[in-house]
Amino acid sequence: MIESGVFSFVNILLALILAPLLPGIINRVKAKFAGRRGKPVLQLYYDLAKLLRKGEVISRTTTWVFHTGPAVALAATIAALLLVPFGGTAAPFYFQGDFILAAYLLGLSRFAIMLAALDTGSAFEGMGASREAAFSALAEPAIFLCFACLAWHDANFGGKILPDLSLSAMFSGAPAGAWAAGKPELLLIPAVLVAVLLTENSRIPVDDPNTHLELTMIHEVMILDHSGPNLAFILYGAALKLWFFAALLAGVLIPGANMPGWLHFLFSLGTVLLTAVLVGIIESVMARLRILQVPKLLGASGALAALALILTLMR
Amino acid sequence: MTTLFQTAIILLLLNNFALLSVDRISRLIKLTAFQGAVLCMVILLMPNSELGSAHVLLLAGAVFAIKALGLPWLLNRTMRRISGLPAASARLGHSVYVVAGMVILAFSLWLEMRLPGTPGIFPSLLFPAAMTTLFCGLLLVVGRTLAIAQVIGYLVAENGIFLLGIPMILEGSIWFELSLLLDVFVAVFVMGIAINHIHSTFESIDVGRFCALKD
Repeated sequence: MIESGVFSFVNILLALILAPLLPGIINRVKAKFAGRRGKPVLQLYYDLAKLLRKGEVISRTTTWVFHTGPAVALAATIAALLLVPFGGTAAPFYFQGDFILAAYLLGLSRFAIMLAALDTGSAFEGMGASREAAFSALAEPAIFLCFACLAWHDANFGGKILPDLSLSAMFSGAPAGAWAAGKPELLLIPAVLVAVLLTENSRIPVDDPNTHLELTMIHEVMILDHSGPNLAFILYGAALKLWFFAALLAGVLIPGANMPGWLHFLFSLGTVLLTAVLVGIIESVMARLRILQVPKLLGASGALAALALILTLMR
Repeated sequence: MTTLFQTAIILLLLNNFALLSVDRISRLIKLTAFQGAVLCMVILLMPNSELGSAHVLLLAGAVFAIKALGLPWLLNRTMRRISGLPAASARLGHSVYVVAGMVILAFSLWLEMRLPGTPGIFPSLLFPAAMTTLFCGLLLVVGRTLAIAQVIGYLVAENGIFLLGIPMILEGSIWFELSLLLDVFVAVFVMGIAINHIHSTFESIDVGRFCALKD
């Protein structure tokens, strides 16, 4: 374990710099599966640079809610990222119950985008906002059950005992070591986290980021009216959110104990990048689910998390 | 070995919940076959069992041949013979049965803590997994209207009883093993004949239609 402090902020800096790489990796994997060459891996960086230089076309029906929505969403996502540990280092900020704050910060980010979508006065965008609210509400029980499963141990970071109800303790890598010590039910947590990652980031099989069919869009329909820097904020926020969940996955999968800090960091980084590859593979081999089937997927994830929790608590 | 054993038990629990949430007969049969394969794994990975001994290998092989290959093949054959088989939808909706399965698991874990002597006989998680499998089978029997799904429920319940008997089986009681395996065969043959008779007489295996029979 590396002692937290300056390394925590280095991790955040790394997340802020590397997050736009993840959608690029996903698109490249999808292109390879389809036998295409695909967009450059750094495409989102180019897009962000271009959008930040551009002006905006804004509907006259919109108010200040529309202008502030993307900035609030991005700020909330960055604040949530400050609570996530990475690579054997505690998060810059941690305290008892910080996982609730992280979940609500992500909720705030979603709420800001939804309000901005509703502010356009378009029924079409309102429909997307409604779907986004419904599906993220269904994903929330699953993620909270995951947190509850992991909140059973203290984490020791460089001799400092962290509060057990903090994300830094839950995702310190201790759960990965616990599998071998007779807690195989924790293997269910990564599966649930992948389902939540796909839902929260509007990826296939829940939503298709490439579709522009009126009846099937969820996230994309909410941001149709955005352009220029505001659209850049939304795209960058989405990439950071993907990093957030991938870092949680790394925190569960990489065993922290008895591993040099630099190796833990490299494995965690590798896991985050491999998560993007996994999402690309899932998007390539799976069809998008019918909207009525999505609650079943999330219900199954919740059931898996509940099963893990029952087994964790009752034995 | 203990971790692998417990992982197999968790696979078994997941398989049970999948059985409760699936309505296509072909998928139910595949899951039953998978459950048979997991039972074979459970026998091989049992803590304190002499892995590699001829007795354990023979038993695991017999379980795999009967529960993972033989019975699913019989069920598949029955399914093919009955053309136009509808989905075996649950009477109250699948989610109700999955939640019921969860409650049963929690109850079984509680029961394991309360029963004296269980930790000495059963390795960790085996007793709750067996009870859950047994009750999931019963839920399939009472929750589905198609006779073939009820047969599958019966097999799953029988798998639960088999799991409860595994610690005793490994002690070497061969008659128990034979009677258990024979039970399954008899049950499937009887059920197979019953299903065929129901289908040939009434042109459907939906037992709910029996209520509408008149003189």
